[in-house]
Amino acid sequence: MTGAGSAAVRRARAGKPRPPAIPPDTAVALLRTIWRIRCFEERIAQLHKSLQIQGLVHLSIGGEGVAATVCGQLRDDDAVYSGHRAHGHALAKGAPMAQTLAELMGRSGGLCRGLGGSMHLVDATRGLMGATGVVGGNLPLAAGDALAKRLAGSDAVTVVFFGDGAVQAGHFHETVNLAALWELPLIFVCENNGMAEFTSRAEHTTVASVADVVSPYGFARATVDGSDVAAVHDKFAAYLEQARMGEGPFLLECLTHRRRGHYEGDQQQYRDEQAEAQWSAKDPLARWQERGRAEGWLSAAQAQQLERDATAEVEQALAYARQSPPPTAAQAAALVYAAAPDGAPPR
Amino acid sequence: MRTLSYVEAIRAALAQAMRADPRVIVLGEDVAEGGPYLATEGLAQEFGRERVRNTPISESAVCGVAVGAAQAGLRPVVEIMFIDFITLALDQLVNQAAKAHFMSGGQLSAPLVLRTQGGTGGRAAAQHSQSLEAWLTHVPGLKVAMPSCATDAAGLLLSAIADPGPVVVVENKALYYRREQVPNALEPIPLGVARRLREGRDVTIVATSRLVDGALEAAEQLAAEGVEAEVLDPRTLQPLDLEPLAQSVKRTGRAVVAHEAVRIGGFGAELAAQLQAAAFDYLEAPIHRVGAPFTPVPASAGLEDAYRPGANEIVRAARSALQWEGCEELGAVAAAGGGGW
Repeated sequence: MTGAGSAAVRRARAGKPRPPAIPPDTAVALLRTIWRIRCFEERIAQLHKSLQIQGLVHLSIGGEGVAATVCGQLRDDDAVYSGHRAHGHALAKGAPMAQTLAELMGRSGGLCRGLGGSMHLVDATRGLMGATGVVGGNLPLAAGDALAKRLAGSDAVTVVFFGDGAVQAGHFHETVNLAALWELPLIFVCENNGMAEFTSRAEHTTVASVADVVSPYGFARATVDGSDVAAVHDKFAAYLEQARMGEGPFLLECLTHRRRGHYEGDQQQYRDEQAEAQWSAKDPLARWQERGRAEGWLSAAQAQQLERDATAEVEQALAYARQSPPPTAAQAAALVYAAAPDGAPPR
Repeated sequence: MRTLSYVEAIRAALAQAMRADPRVIVLGEDVAEGGPYLATEGLAQEFGRERVRNTPISESAVCGVAVGAAQAGLRPVVEIMFIDFITLALDQLVNQAAKAHFMSGGQLSAPLVLRTQGGTGGRAAAQHSQSLEAWLTHVPGLKVAMPSCATDAAGLLLSAIADPGPVVVVENKALYYRREQVPNALEPIPLGVARRLREGRDVTIVATSRLVDGALEAAEQLAAEGVEAEVLDPRTLQPLDLEPLAQSVKRTGRAVVAHEAVRIGGFGAELAAQLQAAAFDYLEAPIHRVGAPFTPVPASAGLEDAYRPGANEIVRAARSALQWEGCEELGAVAAAGGGGW
């Protein structure tokens, strides 16, 4: 974990080549997670095209660095609330790939028995407390989770992911106000890809940066390059350390790039050709690998192996999902109401 | 037995639940100050302002906080001061709380209680007087209770707090200060168990919340005419204890369903549909519905009084059901059950 002190050191060294701030093992682990998300989602795009995955599917290709870096620093008892673009957060938080893919395919062996789907991934044992398809609807839930953690006297923290599109919704402002008022151990992580569905941020608001939106509340906030894994890692680490000590909330705005459409099947008539041409400069995977080679913590052979491992894991996950039957109507009907703790059906 | 008002019974049940279970917290606008109806008066003094939390006027976030806290292991009781404001919290209630257990394949549950109150009679006009419970009964995953007396208000609330999922308790502002006999020890009353308040063989009246009083008053008036009306209160709308209601209708052959909400699209429509399906062969007349006219609640006092359905409308509907001789006049059933307009 990197505290505020080392950030000052880094600032002092600005302009000079700096040593890797992240231990090599951690750096490789982050790359492995990024590869897992990338291979998983590229396969999902194919499976969606061939209708083996149906419905609304939102891919995070181009933004995997944030998911890997943030979730990679969390414990199982730290909660993550995510939104509709949740696959990367789920995998990075520890949700098994096989069950995650089975969920996307609507199978009973899925994380949520095939009843939730792509936008509602939950793995409570890993602290993935829920994704929501209502933009920003997860924000107050995360505040409630953080309140429970504080009342319990725990040092666990809550992280909520959302896009810049959620910031214009009323529940964002209500939640930010409450979190600041109650000093909740909650870290807001905004993945700002500059697009709210099909429309650019500039058409939705006159406020340039999400960090600026919360400035009157006075809590710590920062905007970082979301495709720079080290930048996200260090800033989030600093906030996480403070949140564990009972401080909060915090807001980390990560500027990311959405490589795919809003959803699979989106015709993307809005797509900016110029932005597309800059893709290699925005790809967190390419950048982190390049950096690994430059800093010497990654060989070409290692990089190839990470990709092969991720590809193999995806195919194993697919084999698992394909053999899993869909849920039955009886299984679904039994889950409308929670059972009382003694197992008796509640009246 | 002791004498308590409806709102005092709610307060006593909240305190009892908070003493028994440290996971129970209360949150909402002004709750630490007691709120406008004093439902939470004194709780902050006994349990502190961490567990009895005042919130900003942010219904969406407050309801969402309750969902998140419930999923994390607490037992929040959130107050929405008027049911009219539930519109602002519906995303959290309908899209999050109601579906959490199902969408997570059973991993999550949201054991929260949303207390709110509705109804006319406060001269509070169209945005502070509605009866919107039917919306909530349309959402799988939610339970909805509507207590009509102090004992039920306390007992249903205790069961709601103990329930493993989200429960909305819809109180009625016109009942808050009526003093009633209540047991010394407040006991949970199970959700989904109807209550028969009066026996009768001629017509069944199924009423909710404030209209239960109206039904009992109507039964007295009908008794003077030699008609024996049976009065039942489902107490919870979701889950609905249909069996005793249907059994009663099978005995009497005639039914009136009555609530304070506007009649069109009200829960009475669901009651009528379920009762006719369960007792079709026994019915001697169409099931009559009593509810408010299909207009917003008017502010002007005399007009509000005329708008509010009550005993007179129930009596009129019961007479129509009893005298039914075939559907000659289109709209006769509807006319019989309408409000004073």
